[in-house]
Amino acid sequence: MNILVKNLTKKYGEQKAIDDISFEVRTGEILGFLGPNGAGKTTTMKILTCYESPSAGEVTIGNLSIFENAEEIKKIIGYLPENNPLYNDMSVMDYLKFAAEISGIEKQKINDRIAEMILLTDLNAEKHKTIFELSKGYKQRVGLAQALIHDPKILILDEPTSGLDPNQIVEIRKLIKEIGREKTVILSTHILSEVEATCDRIIIINKGKIVADGTADSLKKKSQSEETLKMQLLDVIDSNLVYEELNSIPFINSVDLENHNNFIVGCTNGLQVRREIFQLCVKNNWVLSELTSIETKLEDIFRDLTL
Amino acid sequence: MRQIKIISKREFHIFFNSLVAYILLSLFLGLSGFFTWLYGSDVFFTGQATMQPFFSIAYWTLFFFIPAITMKMFAEEKKTGTIELILTKPVSDWQFILGKFFACLLLIAVALALTLPYYISISLLGNVDHGAVISGYLGSLLMSMALIGIGLFASSVTNNQIVSFLISLFIGIFFLIIFQLLSENSLGIIGYYLSRFSIGTHYESISRGVIDSRDVIYFLLIAFAGLYLSYINLSKRNRVY
Repeated sequence: MNILVKNLTKKYGEQKAIDDISFEVRTGEILGFLGPNGAGKTTTMKILTCYESPSAGEVTIGNLSIFENAEEIKKIIGYLPENNPLYNDMSVMDYLKFAAEISGIEKQKINDRIAEMILLTDLNAEKHKTIFELSKGYKQRVGLAQALIHDPKILILDEPTSGLDPNQIVEIRKLIKEIGREKTVILSTHILSEVEATCDRIIIINKGKIVADGTADSLKKKSQSEETLKMQLLDVIDSNLVYEELNSIPFINSVDLENHNNFIVGCTNGLQVRREIFQLCVKNNWVLSELTSIETKLEDIFRDLTL
Repeated sequence: MRQIKIISKREFHIFFNSLVAYILLSLFLGLSGFFTWLYGSDVFFTGQATMQPFFSIAYWTLFFFIPAITMKMFAEEKKTGTIELILTKPVSDWQFILGKFFACLLLIAVALALTLPYYISISLLGNVDHGAVISGYLGSLLMSMALIGIGLFASSVTNNQIVSFLISLFIGIFFLIIFQLLSENSLGIIGYYLSRFSIGTHYESISRGVIDSRDVIYFLLIAFAGLYLSYINLSKRNRVY
């Protein structure tokens, strides 16, 4: 089931939390919603899950509108809100039973679904404990289990791995990947490695606006029209001379001296620049021991777009 | 209807899972029992086989008892964020509110049902006016509905339970005491209307055995107003600026 968001705006008083954003998520896609804190990720998710109404714009899920078919939409969405709120005074089993009942699962199927969820999220050892006794990782699993219990077609996860330890993060990501094979998943995060590891597509949002939309690779390529090269020379006597010579090469935009024989060169037209650097070294009798391209990290793109 | 029942069931279980229900029921039964049987204008002092002493004390115990059970209803859900969890399930705001309302009402009904041994004991002591007793219980339930409505509204305006409790008591004081006092000090039509606003006026007549549709409508109206205002507060999140 695909999600279509058109010109969505949400204002709180005079402040715009999201400002005219549009995007589409196709069936079976895992979309990473990326942005700094306060960018508008959670607000967008609250609107998609019919918790809040937008100030303007439209969201259609399948052929259902959030304005006219909120109750039907809620039935096909599984949602893990930010900070994973749970009824801490209930036991895991009671809570999942409640979640199953309220999600409209038929009575005779409830126990089977609970058993499946317990298996999927590996909660068997903890199922009779009261939720407040659980560790953060297990609470997160309970949150995921309640979001998945009614087998929703769409899964919306707001920072699903926040506060988990590295092992738990890996497990939850694996779980999301598995789930994402059949379902449409939107997950928000500000952890970049998370989207790279789990998402098919990334939307970067900043100050309520979409600033980038694409796969991790396409975003990297886009920002690679400017290339960064690392250059290392053996036995450099005068690094100032190298610095000046490098700066005189056309297409080189910046030269940084990392230490006395390592240089970081920002340039366009990388192939030509590589030739020129080589010629320069030959002319000056410098021994070139390394000339490599530094890959743009998602972190860099993120910083470029959101700072 | 199914959703309301599921929410009520959960809330009702939570009352008994925590100590809330046990403490409040013990206090309610202890206090009402003490004043019905042992102290003040109790049954033996008045020398009449009547439940009137019980209904008089229930008027005050319910006034404190109900805000204590309603205070957490929305305040806690808002504070912990579970409100977002529940309202993104196939549950409407009204189903959520009514679920809470019926859970509270059921707890009060249990508390009142546990006082039936008082009624049985008194009926063994002399001739009880059964009609008045039934009407008294009905009055207590109706008054409870009104107080639950007020309590839920108070809980919907804040995410602090203590504040919710105090707001509920503050509004309750107007209906239980202040309108009554003002009406006693006012003459003519103002005095009449002020006394009609007082819960005491309506409760007194119904607990004496007079079921007047105006009294019933009065309690139901307060309950509905409380629930409707709660609905307005909850749906503020959908406000379009």
